[in-house]
Amino acid sequence: MMLKVERVNKFFHDPVELQVLNNISFDMKSGEFVSIMGKSGCGKSTLLYILSTMDSDYTGDVWLGSQLFSRLTPDELAVLRNEQIGFVFQFHYLLPEFTVLQNVMMPALKLGKKSKEQIEHDAMEQLRLLDIEDQALKMATRISGGQKQRVAIARALINSPSIIMGDEPTGNLDSKNADMVFDLFKELSLETGTSLLIVTHDEDFAKKTDRVITMADGEIISQ
Amino acid sequence: MKNKTLLFQIAQTHVWARKKQSAIAALGVTFGIGTFITLMSFMTGLNGLLDGLILNRTPHIRIYNEVKPSKNQAVTLDSTYGKAGVLHTIHSIKPKKTLSNIRNNRGIMKELAQDPRVKGITPQVSARIFYQSGSILLNGNLIGIDALEEDRLFQFHQYVIGGSPSDLAANTQGVILGAGVAKKLSLNIGEYISMRNAQGKLVRLKIVALFQSGLAEVDNLQSYTNIKTAQLVAGENTGYVTDIHLKLYDLELAAGMSEEISNHFEVSSIDIKQANAQFETGTTIRNLITYAVSVTLLLVAGFGIYNILNMLIYEKMNDIAILKATGFSSGDVQRIFIYQALIIGIIGGLLGLGIGFLMSYGISKSPFETAALPTVKTFPVNFNMWYYIGGAVFALITTFFAGYLPAKKASKIDPVSILRGQ
Repeated sequence: MMLKVERVNKFFHDPVELQVLNNISFDMKSGEFVSIMGKSGCGKSTLLYILSTMDSDYTGDVWLGSQLFSRLTPDELAVLRNEQIGFVFQFHYLLPEFTVLQNVMMPALKLGKKSKEQIEHDAMEQLRLLDIEDQALKMATRISGGQKQRVAIARALINSPSIIMGDEPTGNLDSKNADMVFDLFKELSLETGTSLLIVTHDEDFAKKTDRVITMADGEIISQ
Repeated sequence: MKNKTLLFQIAQTHVWARKKQSAIAALGVTFGIGTFITLMSFMTGLNGLLDGLILNRTPHIRIYNEVKPSKNQAVTLDSTYGKAGVLHTIHSIKPKKTLSNIRNNRGIMKELAQDPRVKGITPQVSARIFYQSGSILLNGNLIGIDALEEDRLFQFHQYVIGGSPSDLAANTQGVILGAGVAKKLSLNIGEYISMRNAQGKLVRLKIVALFQSGLAEVDNLQSYTNIKTAQLVAGENTGYVTDIHLKLYDLELAAGMSEEISNHFEVSSIDIKQANAQFETGTTIRNLITYAVSVTLLLVAGFGIYNILNMLIYEKMNDIAILKATGFSSGDVQRIFIYQALIIGIIGGLLGLGIGFLMSYGISKSPFETAALPTVKTFPVNFNMWYYIGGAVFALITTFFAGYLPAKKASKIDPVSILRGQ
């Protein structure tokens, strides 16, 4: 089991008490490619942030592999995020002061398991897979939106995480680029056994995944 | 170590990538430290000058003979004196005739010279004279000194213009003439002045330099010559000394020691604090002002530095969230911003030390003329290393906290609550 979610509840307290997630439970197998769909405000992004350990204000249990991470300290969660989870935001969120290459290298440098040369080589490899290696030495602010999104994906892949989570990673891409990203995800899932959990609005994208989880009003209505 | 190097590189990139903000923050530190150093150097320099006016030139203890009525009048020897029911009445008490000469002055000086508290002793001979120019006689006072000792202990050269104390020491017939007298009699250095002593005897001395204290009543009366010459003018023998001036290692001991001396040697003596009571008050107040100004400056500079760095960090909230999302811990994020603050603090602080020095140097070269100090031509500045060390330490401490406090707060937030607010 890659991911196991049990009775996750979350409330927003401001401006009024509002339950955004209501008793969410589901499982995900290793290497599975799952998409989450639902209308805006149904809580799918909120769920994804909890599963990616970036939001710790919730109740319920979440296991990543055999690790129950809902009980970990913030520092332990940081290590877990660094090693195991690759996250792609809806908006690219690159560090504006660094080059494309440096942005991609950053999580690996933090992990510190490889030499800098090795990391640089790996990062160039990721950029090549995403067809943006020619932008490697440009500042992250000097490339187009679609390119930024692909850089963010490369960054998510650099530490070879066991699971990749994406909050509408293809939302800002044209269909050609979106297809390329999908193919890359599919390949990862098939060849390296990486699990993928992607929130999306794109039905065509969702249809091609192994499983679609549909949410409405903070609950899972089908999976 | 590898992790810290990475964090430092990120901090460095942040600082260089935002040159304008970093420069403004560093300049905040620079001006804070620079003005602190400049003002402290200047104020303590001025204080030192004012203190020096009194402390360096005034003897810590002055031994002399005072004209006063005898303590034991004849009546006090009466067996009934002071008893209850007995009233003695005396009229017209007259002061006892005392010689200006300090009795056994050689013995006193010899004994005091061996006292470990005493830094130096100079004898003086004071003689009343008249300056003569044709038929005009001007009231005056000729003081015989050991010019070199007087200069070593009491900075005599600060009063001397147109020559030096050693010129006097080298010329037994020389005199350092009061500037006021020289002006009145239209005399210049190198010319001769005639004086008459109280007995009417005429002496001619060569003017080797002028003396200017800034006090007209002194400059119009007083002149200096060698001890032997003064003794000769006074018509006294070589044992004649009217004043003994003492300089101590520790000024604070002056009061106690003065009393000790007057009891032990049966002479009059006065210490510097008794002679200059207003001086102590002045010094205390000036020091108080200096401390108040320096504390205010540091507080204002500290808040300025804190504000600028605080803003710098809050502008970087997004980066904090991104770094945390990709696996950097709260501690890592804090370190990145502390490193940034310290880089800015060190660069700004070093510039501040430089600017502080340059400004102090500029002030120390600005013209400053005062009648009380004929040899001082520029503003006094105290180039004390401790103000630079203090400024540097302060820059590091404030920038550290100015980086640490907001970074600590920011790093505790879940990354999603920063990103969701976008």
